[in-house]
Amino acid sequence: MSDVSLVRTPPRFRSATGESAGTRWALIAVAFTGLAILVFAPLIAVFVVALADGVAASLESLASRDARDAIRLTLTIAAISVPLNAAFGIAAAWFITKFDFRGKAFLITLIDLPFSVSPVVAGLCIVLMFGANSALGGWLVANGFPIVFAMPGIILATMFVTFPFVARELIPVMIEQGRAEEEAGLTLGASGWRVFWTVTLPNIRWALLYGVLLCNARAMGEFGAVAVVSGKIRGQTATMPTTIEMLYQEYLSVAAFSLAAVLALLALVTLLLKTALEIRHADQLAATHRP
Amino acid sequence: MHIEIDEISKQFGTTAALHPVSLALPSGALVALLGPSGSGKTTLLRILGGLEFPTSGRVLFDGQDATGVTVQERRAGFVFQSYALFRHMTVFDNIAYGLNARPRATRPQKAEIARRVTKLLDLIQLPDIGSRYPSQLSGGQRQRVALARALAIEPRMLLLDEPFGALDAKVRRELRQGLRDIHDTTGLTTVFVTHDQEEAMELADLVVVMSMGRIEQIGKPQDIRARPATPFVRTFITA
Repeated sequence: MSDVSLVRTPPRFRSATGESAGTRWALIAVAFTGLAILVFAPLIAVFVVALADGVAASLESLASRDARDAIRLTLTIAAISVPLNAAFGIAAAWFITKFDFRGKAFLITLIDLPFSVSPVVAGLCIVLMFGANSALGGWLVANGFPIVFAMPGIILATMFVTFPFVARELIPVMIEQGRAEEEAGLTLGASGWRVFWTVTLPNIRWALLYGVLLCNARAMGEFGAVAVVSGKIRGQTATMPTTIEMLYQEYLSVAAFSLAAVLALLALVTLLLKTALEIRHADQLAATHRP
Repeated sequence: MHIEIDEISKQFGTTAALHPVSLALPSGALVALLGPSGSGKTTLLRILGGLEFPTSGRVLFDGQDATGVTVQERRAGFVFQSYALFRHMTVFDNIAYGLNARPRATRPQKAEIARRVTKLLDLIQLPDIGSRYPSQLSGGQRQRVALARALAIEPRMLLLDEPFGALDAKVRRELRQGLRDIHDTTGLTTVFVTHDQEEAMELADLVVVMSMGRIEQIGKPQDIRARPATPFVRTFITA
């Protein structure tokens, strides 16, 4: 009867990929601590400082002419550069994934270039290309269409910096999906254009949405390249990030952080929008994802 | 429809996928392109469907040169290897796609499209799945939906790329009979690609054995079994 005690305690099996409870809790704790220190705390700090003199003072600073101009300019820049980059990104991803040609790897590297080049360098390149001292820039200024220290320059700088976001989101998805569905559409008599709208675009819409949201967040937040190109003229070429920096340098911390809070809120709104869309279309997402 | 392949070759870069091949497929035949992978059988099928253009040679449909005819105008019902169903559309919308894509002048009324889709769902013996999405179907059901979608455009021929490739043995046998039945009711010239010699021999009226971009033998299944033309055919059909 010596093995009765062995029988009484049933053997405990653990799945091969399972971790012990202690390890799990430790990992979760590390992740949460990291998020808290790196993301949540600074975000809360921005709002705390913004509201340090009360809501009224904060709103008053936002109602100032400079702040309103900056918000309007940033939204305009995003509204122009994001759709353009979405279109370019789709075109580039389409071209790269649906056709075989020489130099494809080189083109993919080129698309990634804005990620590796410092935004300040990108801004300086635009100044060198289109500044009043260059031949092209001089001619443009003489004909009343200045690029540097004006809106076109800011748009160019923003588009350069945010170019990879949409294409980078789309390329892996489109590679994974292959060409068969498009080919099926063609054999059924649809034109290439119709296949794009009815087959390709619906299949990439979530990746596209995600790319556009990232692109938008970066477009509104871009500082380095825009600071070089815009000249930071208040009321004319000062965007939200550059205005925040100027206010901060002038020790107007409530005004600076109030504007910063608005910028952070805009980013949060885009994220919430994405989550809401995902929840609303959860059934469709599950149904259309290939098992 | 009578299909004639006249000295068709295909180069991909420096590699030859097809050496000049010639082949005549009688109207209404059920033809198997049989061969190992890399034999050029899928390339030949895609050339027939207008998805690839030959480097040289001609394709003739009912005696008319169709080499330059676009994929849209070929009206070839094409069933892809992994079926390529539109994953974001219901089965109904998948089958109706070709009819909806027609120019307004020749597009049937909505009710007429619905009637035809229902009829095709009956033909593939899946009358109740119109509102489902492809991901909710079994492999065999997907294959039949792909077949119905290809038939919806009232094709002039039916082209199938490894139609039974991804299915288990039992479903395979059922669907073989299903394809045979659909071929017999529609009377369409049907070409399917397979690497499975048993499947080719059992299902096809005419078997085209291919290897390394060349046609090794063309014949009725029993003739190929009885008299293999080359050593390759002999080893391949007994494998």
